[in-house]
Amino acid sequence: MADLKLENIAKSYGEVSVLKDINLDIKAGELIVFVGPSGCGKSTLLRMIAGLEKISGGTLEIDGVRMNEVPPANRGIAMVFQSYALYPHMTVRDNMAFALKIAKMSKEEIDAAVEKAAKMLQLEPYLDRLPKALSGGQRQRVAIGRAIVRDPKVYLFDEPLSNLDAALRVATRIEIAQLKEAMPDRTMIYVTHDQVEAMTLASRIVVLANKGIAQVGTPLDLYERPENEFVAQFIGSPSMNLLPGEVVETGEVTTVKLARGGVARSTVPTRPEDMGLKVNIGVRPEDFVPAEGEAIYTGHVDIVEALGEVTLLYFQPEGDAAPVIAKLPGIHHDRRHSQLSLSADPAKVHLFADGRSLLYR
Amino acid sequence: MSPILQGIITIALGVGGCIAYFYASNLVLDKVIFPPRGADPGRNINRANMVRPWLFLFPAIAALGLYLAYPVVGSFWRSLFNRNGTEFIGLGNYQKLAADDTFRQAVFNNFLWVLVVPALATFFGLMAAQLTDRIKWGNIAKSLIFMPMAISFVGASLIWKFVYANNPQIGLINAIRDAFHLQPLDPLQIPFWNNFFLMVILIWIQTGFAMVILSAALRGIPEETVEAAVLDGANPFQLFFKIKVPQIMPTIVVVWTTITILVLKVFDIVYATTGGNFGTQILPSYMMSYMFRDDGRATAVAFVIMIIVLPVMIWNIIQARKEMR
Ligand SMILES: Nc1ncnc2c1ncn2[C@@H]1O[C@H](COP(=O)(O)OP(=O)(O)OP(=O)(O)O)[C@@H](O)[C@H]1O
Ligand SMILES: [Mg+2]
Repeated sequence: MADLKLENIAKSYGEVSVLKDINLDIKAGELIVFVGPSGCGKSTLLRMIAGLEKISGGTLEIDGVRMNEVPPANRGIAMVFQSYALYPHMTVRDNMAFALKIAKMSKEEIDAAVEKAAKMLQLEPYLDRLPKALSGGQRQRVAIGRAIVRDPKVYLFDEPLSNLDAALRVATRIEIAQLKEAMPDRTMIYVTHDQVEAMTLASRIVVLANKGIAQVGTPLDLYERPENEFVAQFIGSPSMNLLPGEVVETGEVTTVKLARGGVARSTVPTRPEDMGLKVNIGVRPEDFVPAEGEAIYTGHVDIVEALGEVTLLYFQPEGDAAPVIAKLPGIHHDRRHSQLSLSADPAKVHLFADGRSLLYR
Repeated sequence: MSPILQGIITIALGVGGCIAYFYASNLVLDKVIFPPRGADPGRNINRANMVRPWLFLFPAIAALGLYLAYPVVGSFWRSLFNRNGTEFIGLGNYQKLAADDTFRQAVFNNFLWVLVVPALATFFGLMAAQLTDRIKWGNIAKSLIFMPMAISFVGASLIWKFVYANNPQIGLINAIRDAFHLQPLDPLQIPFWNNFFLMVILIWIQTGFAMVILSAALRGIPEETVEAAVLDGANPFQLFFKIKVPQIMPTIVVVWTTITILVLKVFDIVYATTGGNFGTQILPSYMMSYMFRDDGRATAVAFVIMIIVLPVMIWNIIQARKEMR
């Protein structure tokens, strides 16, 4: 059981500030996923929790105890590295047993713990091999096994699957999900670039950007109710379309007149004083439907990408604005070079002013 | 003729000679020895292609044979003759060696050298590499430790002769003894231990070599394995001896054997300090003491040294190759 509390955590390398004002409460048993663009400090934050990186400011508490100065080994955490970081000169068995030997556990206890972990991860046939005689997937399982044998309160994963090929990644992802299932009271923090990993594994996702936290929430929270344009565009693929416009009707349902023609209705409520407010409406590609009558966007289909189950339609507006993308079910090769109008269910239309969602005012 | 012109002519002759050799030898092979004509042209072409690699290898084999293989055989042959090389005496020189107390002393001393010098030089090099790694002035410390590498063995011996000098005004050891009101003594005349005082000189020189190589190896260790061990609870000693050292073991072995081979060749230090007196003789300096006096016996010693070095050398090459892979 381990609750983590991050309070105003900051990190700077000399003059360069990398992270600041990180506040986060993690409950025991949660699987928290850190996502964010490359270089936003995900690894740094994880390494600060692990104790591999000094915390420049703020406090880190595990189970209510301040951890800032506690050496890594005494924090009750285990970490799985992207590069596996197996000890190349030790067999799989010794790799897993190393921490327990250091802790001076008895031989019987060590053997039992290693056997149990090996069984869980199907590593029994490889126990006496050196890491170099293992495949990438097996190595990653050894790395996970090395964490399991220590039975830590908190597991930290830094992009554990990014060196695996697509098929293995899916298989190992499911294994990690099962691992979590088997240890419901262990806390896990998981860093990834992969949206699917984030959406499927996380009990809550933390989106990091601009040295801070952009939003924390369940995967569906982030998908359905992004707090800001950054999260709206970061979660989901292809990313959400943002179209500029002006509020022309307020109330329970807001009407926005769009700059490129077109009218959008959204169930995000607005107040009378919002009349004339400059906003961006946000519509996910998958929420667009071909319009009958009133349309949010009308344009020329420039590119068609048929992916089988869905088809992506790209509309390049005048000027150098980002293309508008619609994702329609089925195959629509015939839409190429045609003129198409798009609309969307008002419940699926987001409103942002100054980059922030109007839903969270 | 100006030296530049000479150089150019030499280069032209050398490169031209090489080209001419390969061109002409291939021509002879293809046109004269195995021409693609006659009863079975296909077989001739195959044969020519089997011979061809040897045409390219021949110059290198010839040069190596001349400068490496011939001297070995020649030395062995010479060691079977008497002092002037006039009379064949079979293994007589070797018998005389076996009966000579000084030779046996030299073998024993050499054994000590091989045991102590590579071990300590590697150990100190490893320590220096690790300890200088993380500190600001580490690079300065490294340069200082490496400096003796630039000094010739004779130069180093002279420096240490001052350190060991009998006179407390000159010798560091005796100056220290003097401070404690002890009588001056000559460290190089203390039987048995004087060997170790001489070894110190070579260790002093070779530690820098070991440090540089091992420092590079230590830096090559993946940082994550060290971090993983930190998380696993290893203390600095365990980190060093259980995680870092095993990972650079192949390099340590190469450094160790390289110094071992060197130890079996160095005669300068003994030659320049004690001249092999006071029971400090080792094989190379023993050989030097017979050189030009009794070439038969000197070559016999050389041959003994070679036999001793050979296994270490083979081991060294195997390890170096393993590490390269
Ligand atoms: N030793 C250092 N000195 C200065 N800046 C550093 C140092 N280490 C990391 N940084 C900076 O900190 C920032 C965060 O790095 P970090 O490795 O945490 O990013 P990340 O989110 O894990 O990226 P990725 O997704 O590519 O792994 C980067 O901009 C990086 O340049
Ligand atoms: Mg990272």
